[in-house]
Amino acid sequence: MNVQVKYRIGKSIGFQALVILLSAACVVPLIFILIYIIQAGITKINWHFLTNLPKPVGETGGGIANALLGSTIIILVASVIAIPFGILCGIYLSENKNSKLAYWSRLCIDILQGIPSIVIGIVAYFWLVKPLGGFSALSGSVALAIMMLPIVVRSTEETLLLLPDSLREAAFALGMPFHRVILKVLIPCGISGILSGVMLSIARITGETAPLLFTAFGNPYLSTNVLKPMQSLPLLIFNYATSPYNEWHDLAWGASCILLIWVLSLNIFTKLITRKWKVQL
Amino acid sequence: MESLVKNDLITRPDISSGRVIKSVNTPDTLSTTKRLKRSHRHIRAENVFRRILIIVGWATVVLVAGIMVTLIFQSTLSIKASGFGYLWGKTWDPVRDIFGVYPFLLGTLLTSFLALLISIPFSFAVAIFLGEYYPTGWVSNLLKNTVELIAAVPSVIYGFWGLAVLVPIVRSFESKIGVEPVGLGIFTSSLILAIMIVPYAASLGRSMIQMVPSTLKEAAYSLGATRWEVIRSVVLPYTKSGMFAGIMLSLGRALGETMAVTMVIGNTSLIPKNIFAPGNTMASVIANEFTEADHPVYLSALIELGLVLFVVTVLINMVGKRLIKGFSKE
Amino acid sequence: MESTIVKAVNYNAYFGDNHVVKNVNIEIPRNNVVAVMGPSGCGKTTFLRGINRMHELIPGATSTGQIFLNNEDVYEMHPIFVRLKIGMVFQRPNPFPNLSIYDNVIAGYKLNGIKLPKAEKDKIVEQSLTRVALWNEVKDSLTKKGSFLSGGQQQRLCIARAVAMEPEVLLFDEPTSALDPISTSTVEELFHELKKNYTLIIVTHNMQQAARVSDKTAFFYMGELVEYDETKQMFTNPSDIRTQNYITGRFS
Repeated sequence: MNVQVKYRIGKSIGFQALVILLSAACVVPLIFILIYIIQAGITKINWHFLTNLPKPVGETGGGIANALLGSTIIILVASVIAIPFGILCGIYLSENKNSKLAYWSRLCIDILQGIPSIVIGIVAYFWLVKPLGGFSALSGSVALAIMMLPIVVRSTEETLLLLPDSLREAAFALGMPFHRVILKVLIPCGISGILSGVMLSIARITGETAPLLFTAFGNPYLSTNVLKPMQSLPLLIFNYATSPYNEWHDLAWGASCILLIWVLSLNIFTKLITRKWKVQL
Repeated sequence: MESLVKNDLITRPDISSGRVIKSVNTPDTLSTTKRLKRSHRHIRAENVFRRILIIVGWATVVLVAGIMVTLIFQSTLSIKASGFGYLWGKTWDPVRDIFGVYPFLLGTLLTSFLALLISIPFSFAVAIFLGEYYPTGWVSNLLKNTVELIAAVPSVIYGFWGLAVLVPIVRSFESKIGVEPVGLGIFTSSLILAIMIVPYAASLGRSMIQMVPSTLKEAAYSLGATRWEVIRSVVLPYTKSGMFAGIMLSLGRALGETMAVTMVIGNTSLIPKNIFAPGNTMASVIANEFTEADHPVYLSALIELGLVLFVVTVLINMVGKRLIKGFSKE
Repeated sequence: MESTIVKAVNYNAYFGDNHVVKNVNIEIPRNNVVAVMGPSGCGKTTFLRGINRMHELIPGATSTGQIFLNNEDVYEMHPIFVRLKIGMVFQRPNPFPNLSIYDNVIAGYKLNGIKLPKAEKDKIVEQSLTRVALWNEVKDSLTKKGSFLSGGQQQRLCIARAVAMEPEVLLFDEPTSALDPISTSTVEELFHELKKNYTLIIVTHNMQQAARVSDKTAFFYMGELVEYDETKQMFTNPSDIRTQNYITGRFS
């Protein structure tokens, strides 16, 4: 083997080593970050922590019950708004691929996906908080629903486009009306794809803080009224993490850990469920 | 012709096997009448459904138009008050009604580009690792899933971690190199942003590298190219426009990122003197001051900031998406 | 007994500006098997899809002229009614992958939201599967998904699905082109049995098949109906030179 070839092979191996090194140098610390957060938070979590309200500054103990309940309510309301709307829009886009409206609608969905979350918070403030006369969980839900929408629309559209035409034809040939062809045949066959989009969109908004800052606002007490301010996990973490008190930091670590577990298990769960529910075409 | 027919072509298949039952009664009319009645209702429902779909399609357009109108309408007060001075005014002093956002523009651009600079080598490495060197196998699966999970971590958690872990580290680093040891600042924000961008950029890059046709790579291998030479002269040129688009989309993310940055940037309206100095980004100013804005011009100035952010990120996103679409079509 | 069930009058079909079926006039007698043959791209499938108004589902597809079912113009009826009366079986077996074999057979009822008593459903499933000679093969696995069956069984399942709706006419679009020879012969046997209750229109690429299974044959070429006659007549003594060329293999 001549020297030149040896040199080239050496260079190639060198590059491969560099790639592996850089990948490790980036992924390993990231994993350590995850471990750090879980370690810092897991010791704070117990039954008391999950079922009690935060204590005022200076007292130890206390929990995040208000944030857990608040997050759940805000996300539920956002889902109720965004999921049906998003799925219907995805159906429209996949069924009317070339219409003018579909072009504009698709463009708008693209724009929505790119809007920074804080800007959506501003808009929700003017659409709901101001007219209703105060911060409310509902306005936070609307802001989060706007953030969910593009993900649900896109996943529905892409899933439906992947289904073979023969499926639609079989259904139409049985004299099925358009809406039943879609709702009873196409949606059930593409359920795994649509569902994974829905779950990922929920995972995405669970951790969103910025649009809630001036909509749901936060609330140190337990509240179930969607027209009043409500606490949510990410808001609680933000407020307590930036406070100067150690007790509150502890609370924020516990909340971070729960939020992290919540989001990560949603992601993992999505993977498992989509694999299981996939319809063999 | 004649023989074609006389041979077995026209002879009927034998059905004496008994599997076919001779004749079956036609089913009673119950189901038939039900069917027809149902069909009339279906036709109405079908039309309603089609109409709903069109309304939903329009609703997305109205939604986005509404967002734009709201932003523009609510910022008119500030646009009238500050005019063009808004963009390059160096002072932001709400008390005296002076609104110049230059410090925030600078802060945003500095953090975002610095974050890109830090993250690019790592994202490239992970993308090439997953897309080219180890596209399958358990190591790759583990890495791919880990990267996806890391991408899902909420930004507020990164912010908290940055505050608790990164800030002290940066502070001791700063005291070593002899700048004011604050810890909070542009540099810390860039680090956090870089950490948040890497997973996203890497998975974009991986999917693009995997789109390179294997025939192209094989052609290069058959000429005696080494792996590195194939990557340099086939994979990278082929994915050039896609990679550029990926960088654009990552930039769009960094520009709009709010929480993590807000928590570690230090929040001052002064022009940052160096990359270790505290500052503010457009998003972090809005997050910090929106609920404190006590008079209309102040609020409007913040919304105008939101409008600028909206226009910039949407433009960057659209360009990035167009490029990616064009790339995938090739 | 030889009454006309389906009649096309000056029927034309287009894809955008592309004129694919040209002025077809044809009368199809009740309880017959009519084969529609011709080289690929001759418009035979498009014509078939025009009969139950599936053609118009393709974006840009249009048609003119009339198609009568029992002297009623199908283009003046709602497509849902048309398709309830005219069943269709496709080139590739397309059972609903999310439904069991049982549910696939009664899919036309189930998915249309028609509630039937269990006993009646059972009866329809058994009758339909029996008619397509599939009952004995699948009666013990009715709850399995339809996509687990072999290609030939899947195609018979699709025929059962169409038969279960009790249509008057059954359209077959190259029903055996995706099947192996043994499955093909099973499906062909069915045609002879099915015509006792239904009128069958079968598009086929394969002229041996047309000769084997049909009573009458229509030959399409370049979008035109060139010749339509008793199958025996057509294959022994075609009147048009193009038909003769086709069946003697001078072009394909």
